Amino acid sequence: MDEILEILEKDGRATVEEIAKMTHRKPLEVKNAIKRYEKDGAILKYKAVINKDLIKDSDSEVRALIEVNIIPQKDLGFEKIAQRIYSFPEVTSCYLISGTYDLLVVVEGKNLHTVSNFVAEKLSCLENVRGTATHFLLKKYKEDGVILKQKPENQRIAISY
Amino acid sequence: MKISKVVENMQPSGIRAFFDLVLGMKEVISLGVGEPDFVTPWQIREAGIYSLEQGFTSYTSNKGLYKLRLGIQRYLKNKYNLEYCPDEETLITAGVSEGLDLALRAIINPGDKVLIPQPSYVSYGPVTELAGGIPVYLDTSKDGFKITPKLLEKHIDKKVKAVILNYPTNPTGVSYRRKELEEINKVLLKHKILCLSDEVYGDLTYDFTHVAFPTLPKAKENTIYFNGFSKAYAMTGWRVGFVCGPKEIIAAMTKIHQYTIMCVSITSQMAAAEALVSGGKYVQQMKREYNRRRQFITGELSALGLKCMLPQGAFYVFPCIKSTGLSSMEFSRKLLDEQKVAVVPGTAFGPSGEGYIRISYASSMDNLKEALNRMRKFLEKRA
Repeated sequence: MDEILEILEKDGRATVEEIAKMTHRKPLEVKNAIKRYEKDGAILKYKAVINKDLIKDSDSEVRALIEVNIIPQKDLGFEKIAQRIYSFPEVTSCYLISGTYDLLVVVEGKNLHTVSNFVAEKLSCLENVRGTATHFLLKKYKEDGVILKQKPENQRIAISY
Repeated sequence: MKISKVVENMQPSGIRAFFDLVLGMKEVISLGVGEPDFVTPWQIREAGIYSLEQGFTSYTSNKGLYKLRLGIQRYLKNKYNLEYCPDEETLITAGVSEGLDLALRAIINPGDKVLIPQPSYVSYGPVTELAGGIPVYLDTSKDGFKITPKLLEKHIDKKVKAVILNYPTNPTGVSYRRKELEEINKVLLKHKILCLSDEVYGDLTYDFTHVAFPTLPKAKENTIYFNGFSKAYAMTGWRVGFVCGPKEIIAAMTKIHQYTIMCVSITSQMAAAEALVSGGKYVQQMKREYNRRRQFITGELSALGLKCMLPQGAFYVFPCIKSTGLSSMEFSRKLLDEQKVAVVPGTAFGPSGEGYIRISYASSMDNLKEALNRMRKFLEKRA
């Protein structure tokens, strides 16, 4: 992977100038490379990873992982039905999975009620959906490679040889 | 007087006082740290934890766990095509520090001289003195902080027993290419001077391939090679290093080792053995990260008007601060007082470090950026 991507994946706020210095390239070269990645869709967007547990006034959010069993369609396989599912705004992630079920769908809602409504009224009644199993998320320990804990104090001695 | 003369005369007090000042201050951004900012990779930590769960809590052989020595043999063979017998030519030590102490005590007779290029890591001189030797410091500041055959020849006499090389070098980040090392080696062989080669930063070499000293022509029988896990694997607190060398020397060192510390902690040795098996990719990841910071910080320091060469290894830059008109110590003290940024004055590494400071980039990019901002303010005030 290009070092530019490696840096941005860790810190989306790294500026063109900083990246240029870090990788010993010309700023214009870095700028163009980033533009190209954005255009090609290799870089989709920049966002902050937020630990919502620490935000007191945030709307409480419920997340559920839903295993979905599907009857594949002739010629289209899973594509069409997956598209119908992931187009719902409630769905934040959607994966085709090997194993005992087909799609893993991640759904977010304001509360238990909205999520179960979505499953009962929208997902389950889709024609090709054979069955679902909903798992509500209880606690997040690590997300997107980030451990969701307050950073421990730096334990290194401030000065050493 | 209760304290021995040698010990009493150790360590210039000004530096100690400065260090105490830093340690006593809060909210300092410290670029004065001589160890990685990464935690030991989990896979390696896990191996240590697992060994405890399994009940590995005993002594090991004095030389160290056989499986670790075997791992070291493979590592050196793969990396440098360098062969050391795990039975007779390898000893596991509590970091390179202990290894050096053992080596000097094993080879020095009272009055023997040891050549030490300066600026140098702080322990070389004192440990030489403790072993009854006389440290002879070679000022490398005129030669781009490298020793040259000429500089060596100038200081060699019948009493010189050994030279301590350290590359990539703490505090300057300087390293040597094969050709330069070959020239040094020729001088050492000609005068039958032992080479103690501290290559603990060897895996953190950025611009060219690190050359292990014993791989040079006819050097192996004349070299004691030191390496360890602290820097490359981010394992400073585990205290594991190793020494490879001619078997008589290793045997002599093992004698002292067994009467002093007996063996390195078994937990640490277990973890180190795992580091050799699965740690390589983490070393590469950390090295890439250091490399980015290295290029970033050298560029920024030059932009601030502090001349500094691009270091070739380790995680230090050694910028020149003479343009400020301040001494190393004054610069460091004022920077700490005014901007709460800690660096190490070059003189901590010997008088030839005057006019320089050591900055460690083993610190997060955010820290580096903020520290550079503060240094900019500090310098602008003086411009």
